[in-house]
Amino acid sequence: MAVINSKTVAIVGNEAVAEAMRQINPDVVAAYPITPQTDIVQAFSAIAADGLVDTELVNVESEHSAMSACIGAASSGARVMTATCSQGLGLMWELLYIASGLRLPMVMPNVNRSLSAPINIHCDHSDSMGARDSGWIQLFSENAQEAYDNIIQAVRISEHPDVYLPVMVLMDGFIISHAVDRVDLIDDEKVKNFVGERNAPFTMLDPNNPVCVGPFVHSYYFEFKRQQEEAMANALPVIKNVSDEFEKISGRTYGLFETLGMEDAEFAVIAQGSGAGTIRHQVECLRSNGIRAGMIKLRSFRPFPAEELIKALSGVKTVAVFDRSTTFAGGMGGPVFNELRSSFYEQEAKPLMVNYVYGLGGRDLSVELVKKAMEEILEMNSSGKAEQKINYLGLRE
Amino acid sequence: MSTKLKDLVKKEDVLTSGHRLCAGCGAPVAVRQILMGAPDDVELVVANPTGCLEVSTTIYPYSSWNASYIHCAFENVASTLSGSEAAYRSLKKQGKIKDDYRFVAFGGDGGTYDIGLQALSGALERGHRMVYVCYNNEAYMNTGIQRSGATMKGAWTSTSPHGKDSYGKTENRKDLTGIVAAHNIPYVAQASISNWRDVVKKAQKAFAADGPSFINILAPCHRGWRYPMEETIELARLAVQTCVWPLYEIENGKWNLTTKPKEKKPVEEYLKPQGRFAHLFKDENREVLKSIQEYVDKDWERIKRLCGEAE
Repeated sequence: MAVINSKTVAIVGNEAVAEAMRQINPDVVAAYPITPQTDIVQAFSAIAADGLVDTELVNVESEHSAMSACIGAASSGARVMTATCSQGLGLMWELLYIASGLRLPMVMPNVNRSLSAPINIHCDHSDSMGARDSGWIQLFSENAQEAYDNIIQAVRISEHPDVYLPVMVLMDGFIISHAVDRVDLIDDEKVKNFVGERNAPFTMLDPNNPVCVGPFVHSYYFEFKRQQEEAMANALPVIKNVSDEFEKISGRTYGLFETLGMEDAEFAVIAQGSGAGTIRHQVECLRSNGIRAGMIKLRSFRPFPAEELIKALSGVKTVAVFDRSTTFAGGMGGPVFNELRSSFYEQEAKPLMVNYVYGLGGRDLSVELVKKAMEEILEMNSSGKAEQKINYLGLRE
Repeated sequence: MSTKLKDLVKKEDVLTSGHRLCAGCGAPVAVRQILMGAPDDVELVVANPTGCLEVSTTIYPYSSWNASYIHCAFENVASTLSGSEAAYRSLKKQGKIKDDYRFVAFGGDGGTYDIGLQALSGALERGHRMVYVCYNNEAYMNTGIQRSGATMKGAWTSTSPHGKDSYGKTENRKDLTGIVAAHNIPYVAQASISNWRDVVKKAQKAFAADGPSFINILAPCHRGWRYPMEETIELARLAVQTCVWPLYEIENGKWNLTTKPKEKKPVEEYLKPQGRFAHLFKDENREVLKSIQEYVDKDWERIKRLCGEAE
């Protein structure tokens, strides 16, 4: 692929996101500061203060009001963005369902952070996993580059007429948000052309066609919800198509998930977010020693690409799912593990499945820990038995 | 702008007939009086938090609103409308829309005094140009008459019932109009649907204000207050005449009493027709009645003083 990027920079993830926001030039941004998301809002405020965007920046008094203002603005035909994490996402909770239920396109980076109590500001995926049934598309990022690329693609996915759903771009708190990383920035003009203009089919600001947003619905509620489910399914091909188009301006490939060694893998590890980097390193080490390990890095958690995952995992004897959150179902493990297991229910050939819950509250996923887990997985793969289905990696026990 | 009836009747109704609010409800009267004060040459975006007005005027697939309308949730009408207003400013300055819009919220006292207070305060502080109207019926009527921060002391509600050990709500209402005034926004007023011309004048000023404006309008609810439905306007009038609900405005910081009752009636004349206060007229609650009169007297003196009307 030819070199088509204009600029390679060393910046932290939050700056990369703010840079994508500058290039997207949303009509309205309404946001509230929270660690570790704050730098996104700060950096974008500086961009707005220098008049580099047309955006009306609304510095609201809470995340609840941030999402409310986004809903009001998106209903008025504006392209809107916000950013949050953790408790802020928690405070937005009821509005997340309203944004998706009203079928309003918008993009929100969520800088994954643990939830209180006890209070902790570091990374895990508990916050966005709590919103997994809120009707938002959720795309994971492994590093600052992916966060930047996902934000730009999210605009197109969200505003696609087959979809019209809000998109959450997930990026690990501190690990991505605050670490300096190499990022290839795309030309302003290319991003501008890629995202285009928002063309809302209905807006409150059309005098010839006033609209009633959020009416009181008794008898059609079920049908509205069914349509939302349909829209989420429609997002699967849309995410792939937008990814294909994005490749043309960036040279970078995305799709629903990334695979490594899956063509001949005997066992596979599944992970999302920044932990995928450490895991990939171990998988590569094993493969260089002739061990047929494979890996899937899940990008799209919502929609959940069940069919595609089953296909990619066919022929694999053992699957180990790494989850950076848990479900508190009483020993059922993490959400990705549960959904993947459920996906395999109808399959005749089911792989042995184990779960590694790791990294809660920012607990480091070290190379040693992944190595230890890999040894266990190898052992399970050869014995065909899992001593323990749910494992807590790096836990003091 | 005119406040003459012959001009006002020519205005097109923004809230059309066919809505499903109760007969005798004060809320649609308040809405129609306020919107008679809206300029003719602008488009409107109307917003409601959750409440009677919302559930009775937007029953899918119908809408009673002859304007764009949004309902989002209960505690956030001010922030939702902040977003619309910000979108308007953004799209307007980019030349993407041409028409002039005004933004008006109608929230009940539950959605304004209580659960929506933070969002309201934030929107006022940020200076969004919107008219926020609290149609105040002094309780959560949509869920079945529960006490709110606007409920008067002594009132029966389903969550402040009178009983062997209780005379109803034990606390005085909060002074929301004063709280809003402390935000130093261009225009703040208290109004009553009994004084329609006063309402229209205040609405005209509120729509003309270059920034946020707020009107707290008393809109009695016969279901919650327990009086015959045809007496809604009369009850609102008694609230003004007894000085339970003084009519005043604060225009760019200047307080002004807009209605001075010729003779201040005893508060009992307002309380007596209402079933929610009936228990106060038992012998054992005489002291409560006295304390309500004292509260009203003190508050009236305070407002007169602020309006430069103290004797």
